[in-house]
Amino acid sequence: MNKRVLLLCGHYGSGKTNIAVNLAQAIKREYPTVTLADLDIVNPYFRSKDSAAELEEAGIRLICSNYANSNVDIPALPPDLYALTDDRRMRAIIDVGGDDRGALVLGRLAPAILAENDYEMLMVINCYRPLTRDAISTLEVMREIETACGMRFTALVNNSNLGVETTAEDVLRSVSYANEVAAMSGLPVVMTTADQKLQCELEGKIPDLFPLELQKKIQ
Amino acid sequence: MADKVLMKGNEAIAEAAIHAGCRHYFGYPITPQTEIAAYMAKKMPKIGGTFLQAESEIAAINMVYGVASTGYRVMTSSSSPGIALKSEGLSYLAGSDLPALVVNVQRGGPGLGGIQPSQSDYFQATKAGGHGDFRMIVLAPASVQEMAELTVKGFELADTYRMTAMILADGTMGQMMEPVALDDLVVKPAPEKPWAITGTKMQRPHNIVNSLSLVPEELEQFNFARYERYRYIEENEVLYEEYMMDDAEICIAAFGIAARVSKNAINEARKQGIKVGMIRPITLWPFPKEVFRRAADKVNSFISVELSMGQMIEDVRLATECKKPVTLCNRAGGMIPSPEQVLEAIKKAAKGGEN
Repeated sequence: MNKRVLLLCGHYGSGKTNIAVNLAQAIKREYPTVTLADLDIVNPYFRSKDSAAELEEAGIRLICSNYANSNVDIPALPPDLYALTDDRRMRAIIDVGGDDRGALVLGRLAPAILAENDYEMLMVINCYRPLTRDAISTLEVMREIETACGMRFTALVNNSNLGVETTAEDVLRSVSYANEVAAMSGLPVVMTTADQKLQCELEGKIPDLFPLELQKKIQ
Repeated sequence: MADKVLMKGNEAIAEAAIHAGCRHYFGYPITPQTEIAAYMAKKMPKIGGTFLQAESEIAAINMVYGVASTGYRVMTSSSSPGIALKSEGLSYLAGSDLPALVVNVQRGGPGLGGIQPSQSDYFQATKAGGHGDFRMIVLAPASVQEMAELTVKGFELADTYRMTAMILADGTMGQMMEPVALDDLVVKPAPEKPWAITGTKMQRPHNIVNSLSLVPEELEQFNFARYERYRYIEENEVLYEEYMMDDAEICIAAFGIAARVSKNAINEARKQGIKVGMIRPITLWPFPKEVFRRAADKVNSFISVELSMGQMIEDVRLATECKKPVTLCNRAGGMIPSPEQVLEAIKKAAKGGEN
């Protein structure tokens, strides 16, 4: 996790954006220059841009399409995305769109990221999503994403949740699933994320717990 | 591994359709319902089904016509402007008495409009789905679980009455994520379809599926028979939810996302001592006329809460025979009324004022 570039990929609706915003804020406490890039070209709703005000307040630079949250529903990318690989002084968190379609966007950044070789590519997994309910189907989605972007995952983030109904029990139940994905893929589970409201109940029961402040949709 | 899964409304529709035995989906992408097509594209090839992205909405609805003629469960989905394009096909389906499921995840209009949620296709769905005398069964879900349940229900009703059932959702319902208990979906076996085009094997006369009828005496009889069926549906298939109506003096009429917003406002108003309840139509056609007619004898006034310039309000007025005032609390063009706005409308109604 101590790499310059953190890429967050996964099935859509797995919780990438929430984690990206929280990670950026955590990393900002340790590093002076942090950038969060919203490179979602698939979904016109629920984006990092929703947290623009909080990010600005925290001194985190946001790179995102000029059309993000404008209701102009086109898959555009921001011109300043090249700063992510050109300016190696910054810590970069890249919030990639869902599935293989969303990951296509990494195709143009992959050569520079691979050449620099100072990155972590995180697969966000949630066993309560219908198309990643077990380890095998999750691995299938992982392979599709890797094929689309030309990069390999380096670690897993277990973000198994049932939205507002999530209980500590639901999170605990997901650990064996995450471990199975880890065993089958040979990748470590670097963190398990959960709503910070569940922190007290989960503390000590789950290794590498990362409490999330859930992003609110503005408008 | 989990009993419940976290789903977007759009995914819930797609998964429920597969549960209901639908193996044929034809569509054309449009926000905010594209996840339905994306889900079908991922799943159908794995279960021996057909996912086909047609060259247009018009092509897709005519592919639906083709599969429906063979008796298989079939669906298409779109959002407001795309449904308008399908309207010719909807009329042909009705004219040929074919069952199909059509999903409209509404967005703001008219015209190309925007991509934010709306309920402004109420007229289109309940009264003007296409040319000619016909009806569609229109189901209005208000949770992701209901998106799934009403999809199954829609296929069953379509088959039973040989007509189109439409899920009338909106961008919020399509995009929001909630836990869904898929195991709770009960699917009844599809009825026999002796009218379907399945090949005669030289054992029976040809079945003909057609909406062309050049003899007016005959065409009139077809219309009469169809409306006989519609009358039966109006008497037997009405669905609605009543919320805190027992002692209500004010009645909110709202469906889909507007009903959820209204529920919050009602809970707040109740804390302030205002006796307000809600009738939430689940079938928009057949409209729950009778429950509104009865409510008109009990309550002082009605408020129709809508994401439109006021469309369902006309049916509320008709059903209540204008016995009590019906006011409108609305937003339009992709905006959603806030619980505070609805609460204000309730307070005004409690004071006996017009909104």
